[in-house]
Amino acid sequence: MKLKLHVWRQAGPSVKGQFVTYETDASEHMSFLEMLDVVNEDLEERGVDPIAFDSDCREGICGTCGMVINGRPHGPWKRTTVCQLHMREYGDGDEIWIEPWRADGFPVQKDLFVDRSAFDRIVAAGGYISVRTGSAPDANAIPVVQVYAEKSMDAASCIGCGACVAACPNASAMLFTSAKAAHLNLLPQGQPERYGRVLDMILTMEAESFGTCTNHGACENACPKEIKIDVIALLNRDYMKALLKAG
Amino acid sequence: MELRSKVPSGPIDQKWTKHKFDMKLVNPANKRKYHVIVVGSGLAGASASATLAELGYHVSCFTYHDSPRRAHSIAAQGGINAAKNYQGDGDSIFRLFYDTVKGGDFRAREANVYRLAEVSNEIIDQCVAQGIPFAREYGGLLDNRSFGGAQVSRTFYARGQTGQQLLLGAYQALMKEVHKGQVKLYNQCEMLDVILVDGQARGIVTRHLVTGKIEVHLADAVALGTGGYSNAFYLSTNAMYCNVTAAWRAYRRGAGFANPCYTQIHPTCIPVAGDYQSKLTLMSESLRNDGRIWVSRQVDDDRAAGDIPEDERDYYLERMYPAFGNLVPRDLASRRAKDMCDQGKGVGSTKLGVYLDFEDAIQRLGADVIEARYGNLFEMYERITGEDPYKVPMRIYPAPHYTMGGLWVDYNLMTTVPGLYAIGEANFSDHGANRLGASALMQGVADGYFVLPYTIADYLAQAKLDPVAEDNAEVRGTLDEVESRIGRLLALDGNRTINSFHKELGRIVWDNCGMGRNATGLKDALEKIPALRQEFWENAKVVGDGESINQTLERAGRVADFLELAEVMCLDALVREESCGGHFRDEHQTPEGEAMRDDENFTHVTVWEYAGADTAPREHREPLEFENVPPTQRSYK
Repeated sequence: MKLKLHVWRQAGPSVKGQFVTYETDASEHMSFLEMLDVVNEDLEERGVDPIAFDSDCREGICGTCGMVINGRPHGPWKRTTVCQLHMREYGDGDEIWIEPWRADGFPVQKDLFVDRSAFDRIVAAGGYISVRTGSAPDANAIPVVQVYAEKSMDAASCIGCGACVAACPNASAMLFTSAKAAHLNLLPQGQPERYGRVLDMILTMEAESFGTCTNHGACENACPKEIKIDVIALLNRDYMKALLKAG
Repeated sequence: MELRSKVPSGPIDQKWTKHKFDMKLVNPANKRKYHVIVVGSGLAGASASATLAELGYHVSCFTYHDSPRRAHSIAAQGGINAAKNYQGDGDSIFRLFYDTVKGGDFRAREANVYRLAEVSNEIIDQCVAQGIPFAREYGGLLDNRSFGGAQVSRTFYARGQTGQQLLLGAYQALMKEVHKGQVKLYNQCEMLDVILVDGQARGIVTRHLVTGKIEVHLADAVALGTGGYSNAFYLSTNAMYCNVTAAWRAYRRGAGFANPCYTQIHPTCIPVAGDYQSKLTLMSESLRNDGRIWVSRQVDDDRAAGDIPEDERDYYLERMYPAFGNLVPRDLASRRAKDMCDQGKGVGSTKLGVYLDFEDAIQRLGADVIEARYGNLFEMYERITGEDPYKVPMRIYPAPHYTMGGLWVDYNLMTTVPGLYAIGEANFSDHGANRLGASALMQGVADGYFVLPYTIADYLAQAKLDPVAEDNAEVRGTLDEVESRIGRLLALDGNRTINSFHKELGRIVWDNCGMGRNATGLKDALEKIPALRQEFWENAKVVGDGESINQTLERAGRVADFLELAEVMCLDALVREESCGGHFRDEHQTPEGEAMRDDENFTHVTVWEYAGADTAPREHREPLEFENVPPTQRSYK
């Protein structure tokens, strides 16, 4: 199938970017990123700087890839990162617009590459259970109600790709932050640090250039792991309690 | 090159305890005077960084990703083994040790494997305390599943995302120490060389992938947790960025490289679809718990799976290995799949595939149970192939997946270069010639949480470590070499893309040093690879500059190193005149087509020493002794 691609090209963080149009011939069996690989291979052969885009595992688990395709983070498929999107979605003559995540918290580094280290700083603020290596009790000494273990796992399946931020009209990082908090706060092991964790993570999230949550729910819709905005409600509740406790 | 394994004396079950007592300690107040560099932030690197920092060392952790959480450990699906015996099915540390030595086809160091089995239980404790949401039974206790090569249920899992959850646990522990200031984290920073001063590893040279800045980082010791080299095959289940550069640069600085021909071909991957294919996707081995593998009894059978009646199907693993059935170790499952395809019984349009069928399991347990166990894998399969595995059997084919070979390390995980350590998949230590399922995660975290943080003290407490300045001649020399190599790569202005070289190399390695190897093919590869390498330096093309993100330049450096490694892989495969584990020499097989070891002549580790750019590497041997698990021909019948 013949495709027309409009790809965001931006040489560096402080340079103005623009859409550049490319034409390519793709097979329906290719993944979306393999289609871009072929475009890049062709550009390289012609001595042109290829399109910079980040991707690693190509199995939808590492969270490295991410781009906005025709206005939708990770493209049109539900529960799918862009590396798992396949070209059978498209047809001959289609036009595709490809952009990086757009958010102040994720500055563009080059073309489709963005800097997501703000997520690391949110986790560093409290997204963990402090347990010194070797000091843990026997694993079965801490039974966990199965329902909570499953809910915790649902939240923990976040891959940190940033699609939630890219989808949010406020570029809020609330779904990401809440998912990490929920993963830990739903488990008995996470209780001792629960409220401190919530305060510190929210403080850091606000200090990074993310917007606030106004319950649009666009994040849930874009999340390739289908993390539900219930986790945001849980975080908000914990945050209120934490503020009361902090007095 | 001297290979001293430093395995402690005494009975196998007391070696590690005794060694921990015998090793020198660095007292708590002195630990802060030491600085350790950890390269890589996967399971081994992140857990080592976090634990070393908790102990009080200053740590610098480097990753080429935009976040430490992206490391490829994240892609491990099935689970992690431990000898907890929570199922009460007769498991023990000794049994896990036994299974691992046997699974490795008697080519691993017994003492290392025993230690691995010993710390496996502490790993589960540690991970649960960190909040890793392992699967649980309704009573709230931990659940287990079984995996290939074992007859007990000892695998802990978090859905099909066990690697992700373990890595996130280690990442979070790492970020906790970053927050405290005990670890300095370097994202998007790739190690390009190791710096030796007076023969000791004292630092690394890195290139920042966004700014292109080349920098020196100095320390008292360096640990490489930089993963394996399956991408030498071009198509593998490894992530796109996985490469051998860090380990290879260490090799070129004098670290011995052990058993490079021990590579694992994973039996359950989605078959190749076309030429443009960038990587292969693994379907967790845990699927073999409930899926049945079969092909048609007829050659060139073009019928759809559903049209082939039961009595015309060959469930060949169940037929050939009744005791283990579909759960035979990976090397056997892979080789038998290849045999079936070689006989013309392959399925799918390329005929390079076999069926993995869940029909019986769905009838027995119900689709909902199967969905709970493997839902995410089924969904991934459908996204990639467009076929629904609840209705039609999956098609699978083996693919390069893991490398048992790697930098040679002693019992303390130190390479032949003093002060340079290798952890996780980057070393060769625990899996012998074949790794069992759910053991990679176990080894990564064992090395990082429970071994390196203790053994490194023994070195730091005794080594003479004079201060090193950045203008030291050896430091400057290494920096200059890296800069000139980057310059050479950027100057490449030929007619072929970097990717085309990688693809061609991958085909040579896959055809000649893949699932089956023989002297003719290996010798052929040993002629083709140097020629391809020469062409690379004459005719490759790198576009762009060195001052911003340049993925072509990054790939060029990695492919250049694969072009060197591949030659040593083939050389290693050629001199190992036997079949063992993942290394199957066509010349050495039993009449039934099983691997035939030659214990008399090959019960050793082969270690290669770099001898110069155009000189054959020197071969060394570390003899292996089996005092606790006497070598037998592996039988899974």
